[in-house]
Amino acid sequence: MSEHEEHASHSIGFSLLIGAGLLVLTATTVAAAFVNLGPFNPVIALLIATIKATLVILFFMHVKGASEKLTGAVVVSGFFFFAILIALSMADYLTRSWR
Amino acid sequence: MASTVIPANQAPASTTTNYLNNGHSLKSWLLTTDHKRIAVLYLISVTVFFFLGGFFAMLIRLELLTPEGDLMQADTYNKVFTMHGMIMVFFFLIPVVPAVLGNFLIPLMIGAKDLAFPRINLLSWYLYVIGVLLISHVMLTGGVDTGWTFYSPFSTEYTNTKIVEAGLAAFIAGFSSIFTGLNFIVTIHRMRAPGLTWNRLPLFVWANYATSIIMILGTPVVAITIVLVAVERLFHLGIFDPRLGGDPLLFQHLFWFYSHPAVYIMILPSMGVISELITCFSRKRVFGYNFVALSSIAIAVIGFLVWAHHMFVAGISLYAAMIFSFLTFFVGVPSAVKVFNWTATLYRGSISYATPMLYAFGFIGLFTIGGLTGLFLATLGIDVHVTDTYFVVAHFHYVMVGGVLMGYLGGMHFWWPKISGRMYPEGWAKLSALLVFVGFNLTFFPQFILGYVGMPRRYWQYPPEFQVLNVLSTAGASVLAVGYLLPMIYLLWSLKYGPIADANPWRAAGLEWQAASPPTTFNFDETPVVTWEAYNYDEIDANGHGGSH
Amino acid sequence: MSDNQAIAVEHEAHNPALLHHFSSEQQQKNAASLGMWLFLVTEIMFFGGMFCAYLIYRVQHFNAFAAASQQLSIKLGAFNTAVLIVSSVTVVLAVKAAEAGKRKLLVSYLVVTVLLGMTFLVVKGFEYREKFEKHHVPGPTFNFTDTFDDNGKQIPVNPKEAELFFSIYFAMTGMHALHMIIGCGLFSVLAVFAWKGHYTPGYYTPIENAGLYWHLVDIIWIYLFPLLYLISRHS
Repeated sequence: MSEHEEHASHSIGFSLLIGAGLLVLTATTVAAAFVNLGPFNPVIALLIATIKATLVILFFMHVKGASEKLTGAVVVSGFFFFAILIALSMADYLTRSWR
Repeated sequence: MASTVIPANQAPASTTTNYLNNGHSLKSWLLTTDHKRIAVLYLISVTVFFFLGGFFAMLIRLELLTPEGDLMQADTYNKVFTMHGMIMVFFFLIPVVPAVLGNFLIPLMIGAKDLAFPRINLLSWYLYVIGVLLISHVMLTGGVDTGWTFYSPFSTEYTNTKIVEAGLAAFIAGFSSIFTGLNFIVTIHRMRAPGLTWNRLPLFVWANYATSIIMILGTPVVAITIVLVAVERLFHLGIFDPRLGGDPLLFQHLFWFYSHPAVYIMILPSMGVISELITCFSRKRVFGYNFVALSSIAIAVIGFLVWAHHMFVAGISLYAAMIFSFLTFFVGVPSAVKVFNWTATLYRGSISYATPMLYAFGFIGLFTIGGLTGLFLATLGIDVHVTDTYFVVAHFHYVMVGGVLMGYLGGMHFWWPKISGRMYPEGWAKLSALLVFVGFNLTFFPQFILGYVGMPRRYWQYPPEFQVLNVLSTAGASVLAVGYLLPMIYLLWSLKYGPIADANPWRAAGLEWQAASPPTTFNFDETPVVTWEAYNYDEIDANGHGGSH
Repeated sequence: MSDNQAIAVEHEAHNPALLHHFSSEQQQKNAASLGMWLFLVTEIMFFGGMFCAYLIYRVQHFNAFAAASQQLSIKLGAFNTAVLIVSSVTVVLAVKAAEAGKRKLLVSYLVVTVLLGMTFLVVKGFEYREKFEKHHVPGPTFNFTDTFDDNGKQIPVNPKEAELFFSIYFAMTGMHALHMIIGCGLFSVLAVFAWKGHYTPGYYTPIENAGLYWHLVDIIWIYLFPLLYLISRHS
């Protein structure tokens, strides 16, 4: 009676592939830290981290292919409100030295 | 809407099995998973702590009868207003409407047998109880003196009162809140009866849904703030310590990120109650259902964007202050939409004045004043003068007491027959509502004036020229206290001596009125199938009988 | 009474794991899943407060943060990151085993996950001990002026700001470690239940939901690692 909507789509091999990808990205981020990219170092680091997190969310946590869009909406809203906390707090800290 | 006579073919409530008499042992209550019993457990505990918070309020008002600090020491006064604030905010206002009325009504309103996670619901109550036991211990062993806002660095470093323990109490109560919100969101998404689409839901359900979103997103941030304060006190991890380059204002940002949306946790469910009362007692569909429903969501979302309006003079940048001031004006709009729509619902309605409706009218007037004065405070130029004065105290008491509490009392009276199977005495109830209204205004309106002329808040002494207004305020508080004590007495009295109520004494719309009064443990014999719109009072009154089909 | 009996009759044909207030197994499963996701959102906001603190102070005190960050071991941090990634893979494989009804494989993957989690915690313990030995634990014993860079020179940053970095470091990794301990405990309990045969292809919701929790704890580390260990390694 229960349906296996989302799980059937990912084979074991696919999951191992994603895992390998995550390890490669980890090595990449470590390597990138030793290269002087100026202001882009933190950008690259966060970008790689976000790609890794997205892979985990979409494929390990099965948000991609989930039976309802509600799951995706919940995830997005969590990160959205975290972004609000950061953005509006930074609005204070970054403008404190303005005249 | 007075006492109803039971026809001979309906057995009186006491001989049928309902959720109240389905098991009499203490264990059947303390290990219950029935959302209605859990609501009653909350009702008892929340009421006890309301009166405890009120006791501290009484001490404050007694001290402020005279300009000198003659009733207690200054340090004691700090502890008294702190305990008043902490108890009222964390242990009364945040849980009261969701945990008492929401827990009881939401499954009934959506045609479900219970909430999605009944055992987590019980856990929520136990967490609340642990929280109140901890805070009681704090009170008995010296209290906390930082104000309920426990700003750093006083809370992290200089005070020697029991911050960590009080913080733990609030932390645990926060988890109670989170689990309640989680339960409501899942229940409302997953367990609505067939045919009950989102736009047929009672507005009380929409309001609790929006509230639950805030509980989920906001409460964890104050939780981590409490942890960081505790960690700074206990392990010297100086996150807010300016000597390490930390910023005490960061505490305020993290604290208010939750504590501002928290006030919407408090008001939204009460607004949901008002929607139910206004429609029933004007026998009309609500004006602009979609707008009222979505305004709850708008308040929840926009409410997260405004927190630093509590910090205008704390040292944030002027540019941030301007941004937050601008955003704060926006958050007033959806609240105003509700007030307009309730008023439009009243227009050409068939209005009756039972006690719940009196509280609803009181809410609309007092919440409007409280909300508008919030806009005064959002205006930077005015805020500079009245922040941290009694103007702010009056503002938030108008919305918290004139708003949240009146909505709660109106809802308690409205659903009392459903919860208890008995009707309350209407005469005494009307008198109490009047005393609450008069007492409230006498207590808090003078405080607007006091703040405007410069009396700071949290002060235990004041210049003699402020005494008259303070005396008026204390007099009002005494009247208010009577207005709160009377319902305690007559509602308890009604449990034994009140007339037995039938399933729908108000001929109200809503699935909860189709269950018995009081309901059976599993609410409905058969899951209802909903084919009608919300607040179909025209159909109900045309058909001439109670119920919604 | 008769209404309760009628409800009991309705339910007798169902999976014993179905709770009475749900009308179907699918509804129960969807409810549990949504509930877990909402709890994970609270975890995001919980750690979010600390990420906010980190970000603000890193912007304000970049040099001290960079210098302090260089005192952390990239090797151990990267190794731990790899350990957690592998443990997320084993969690995914555990869920697949549960879905396929392979009891012993499920238990094996759960046990491996717990072992990987404990490996992470042991390595973290070594890191903390090293910090303790070098007087980098905030509080009265903190000392950064006796910390030297690879050239043997004193590091020219405000030691108080370095102490702030380490306050954030211990708060964030400590909270993360606490969540790891809870996760290990959770999976240990589930492994015991799995061994006893509680999970079938028709009901393995606790494994899935515990897996979601574990993945989130992994995601938090995915962000912690570059933010704490890799602030600036190219000078």
